[in-house]
Amino acid sequence: MSQIFQFFPKFVLEPRLEVSGKWVILSPIIAIILTLFSGVIIFSLLGKDPFLALYTFFVQPLTTMFGITELLVKATPLVLIGVGLAIGFKANVWNIGAEGQFTMGAVFGGGTALLCQHMESILVLPLVLVLGTLGGLFWGAIPAFLKTRFNANEILTSLMLSYVAVLCLSYLVHGPWRDPAGFNFPESQIFSDYAMLPILIENSRLNLGTMFAILVVLVAWILMTRTIIGFQLRVVGLAPTAAQYAGFKQSGLIWLSFLISGGLAGLAGIAEVSGTIGQLLPSVSPGYGFTAIIVAFLGRLHPVGVLFAGLIMALSYIGGENAQIEIGLPAAVTGLFQGILLFFLLACDVLVRYRFSHRSVLTGERCE
Amino acid sequence: MRIKSFLREILAVFTIATISCVGVANAETKVGFVYVGPIGDHGWTYRHNVGRLAVEKALGTQVKTTFVESVKEGPDSERVIRQLASTGHKVIYTTSFGFMNPTLKVAKKFPNVRFEHATGYKQSKNVGTYSARFYEGRYIAGVIAGKVSKTNKIGYVASFPIPEVVRGINAFLLGARSVNPEMTISVVWVNSWYDPGKEGDAAKALIDQGADIISQHTDSPAPLQVAENRGVKGFGQASDMIKFAPKAQLSAIVNNWDNYYVERTKAAIDGSWKSQDVWYGLKEGMVKMAPYTNMPDDVQALAKKTEDAIRNGELHPFSGPIKDQTGKIVVEAGKVADAGMLLGMNFYVEGVQGSLPK
Repeated sequence: MSQIFQFFPKFVLEPRLEVSGKWVILSPIIAIILTLFSGVIIFSLLGKDPFLALYTFFVQPLTTMFGITELLVKATPLVLIGVGLAIGFKANVWNIGAEGQFTMGAVFGGGTALLCQHMESILVLPLVLVLGTLGGLFWGAIPAFLKTRFNANEILTSLMLSYVAVLCLSYLVHGPWRDPAGFNFPESQIFSDYAMLPILIENSRLNLGTMFAILVVLVAWILMTRTIIGFQLRVVGLAPTAAQYAGFKQSGLIWLSFLISGGLAGLAGIAEVSGTIGQLLPSVSPGYGFTAIIVAFLGRLHPVGVLFAGLIMALSYIGGENAQIEIGLPAAVTGLFQGILLFFLLACDVLVRYRFSHRSVLTGERCE
Repeated sequence: MRIKSFLREILAVFTIATISCVGVANAETKVGFVYVGPIGDHGWTYRHNVGRLAVEKALGTQVKTTFVESVKEGPDSERVIRQLASTGHKVIYTTSFGFMNPTLKVAKKFPNVRFEHATGYKQSKNVGTYSARFYEGRYIAGVIAGKVSKTNKIGYVASFPIPEVVRGINAFLLGARSVNPEMTISVVWVNSWYDPGKEGDAAKALIDQGADIISQHTDSPAPLQVAENRGVKGFGQASDMIKFAPKAQLSAIVNNWDNYYVERTKAAIDGSWKSQDVWYGLKEGMVKMAPYTNMPDDVQALAKKTEDAIRNGELHPFSGPIKDQTGKIVVEAGKVADAGMLLGMNFYVEGVQGSLPK
């Protein structure tokens, strides 16, 4: 990374010789603080009491048990997908198609649930979960195969396969899997209780899926820091040539990244369908697969970071709804907040890794 | 120490904020609305929001209305509906089909809250449903199209192949064929209720294929704007869109929820509210036609005559004989389609091009 980006004729960004570890961790926190400050300005401009607005946005949702459980419910798919993506991103494997793998998880798992509609057995749920995970795994395997066999760009193939998956689900619920008693509306039957994830706290929607997410965070953490595979993944990402020299099999790691991230996205998909939705709909995701990409980066591609990032992202959604209900803020503010947060995060990142210096462009000499 | 006092200050601010939240007097009835699109879509959600404003206007200080816009169908909607129910809203209108099961789930937990779900088919003790017979307006639009079109081709931008949309397509063509048996419809499914880009592209493709009438069952004015730019005619959807297409709009099927929302909210306040399933049309004023514009006088007169006939009950858009695409008679001469066929419509009538996605 020796190139020097030029911003202005006389100011240049140059890489810092040493990147402070402390600031790498602090930068997301600073970004969040800056976002809150911007929030104060925006809310004031909208004519709302800024502190009341921030309170309704970020604190009030957490003051009720229901709010907390909903936060966990909303964060679960983001964390599950985000952890998987982070592993791949660490190794420079760009799986952009988690939305499709999520959807395929819902299709395979949900299809199993519909097939087992009349089976009253505790084995239905594990079967549904396993097939859902395999569905995501399978959908992730396609770009991995295309990448390793034909060197096809995985960003494009995985992204395009997302649309295929969504249309596939749409076809199924409009046709073969449509609820016969549903007046031809595109929805499947509601799953039997045997195919549903158990609820953890009564009178809430918090289900076993959230436990999966926590477990996955822990396992991924161990995988990345304590195993040789995690080491290989990190080296491939940081120094591909060194990895090659060390004899790490690149294609194996691509496969691994895709299978892990696809499988986890599939698990997230089936956990969403059999945990909170309870049936198949033409669309089962409000864009979790794409939002999780942001979550992965917000969490510094670290499993624990992803956990926190997922919670923050979920809070921004729930807070946005709450702010609409309580103080009539427009829905667009949610998107605005997420955008500002990302902007500050990237900006802080740049300043952690680079610094401005004042140079003469012609001579390249420092004129500090 | 400094950090501590800073924290204490923050805490104080939040406490004050909480108190001021709780402190609001609760004399008025809170009414909640859940919208699937943005209130600025100028179509479906826009009209529901007009209905909300009508409630505020009619009932004044008796009510306080809240809305949440752009709520995704699925798990998010359940949370929003529940959030409204648990924050003291006594009547909650959920205005998209996909909110049906979430509405019912929340309603079970809040037996004292009245729920009104638009376009669904499941009711319960505290969930009523309502929808409008938009197909009556579609039929009139079809009659106009049959008279105005020169290429005999209608381009139809559609959202999802659900019965309501299929019914609209069929009603449109039946209306068109009642004055011109040569008329055909081509349909492009955009798989979205609101996606101005896709909707506009679909309209362009349909015009390129020779359609000179554009109709839509999606929520943005984009297809009509394309019609305006390309010099063909079209119809507004859900609200009067004449501003977007002063030369192209022939009329618009206007959804009018105002009276319904005012009446049902009143009923909830005075305690007479009961769960019901209503399907109102031109007669009850839930469907209205925007002024007939950009057409010759005789067509205008015919449109008005058709509108009156439907309103009086003299004309039913789905009167036999109706043939499906294979030529099989599905409604015999002298009969009209029954409610079951209308509600679950999953076939195209003769003259619609292509096959229905299944």
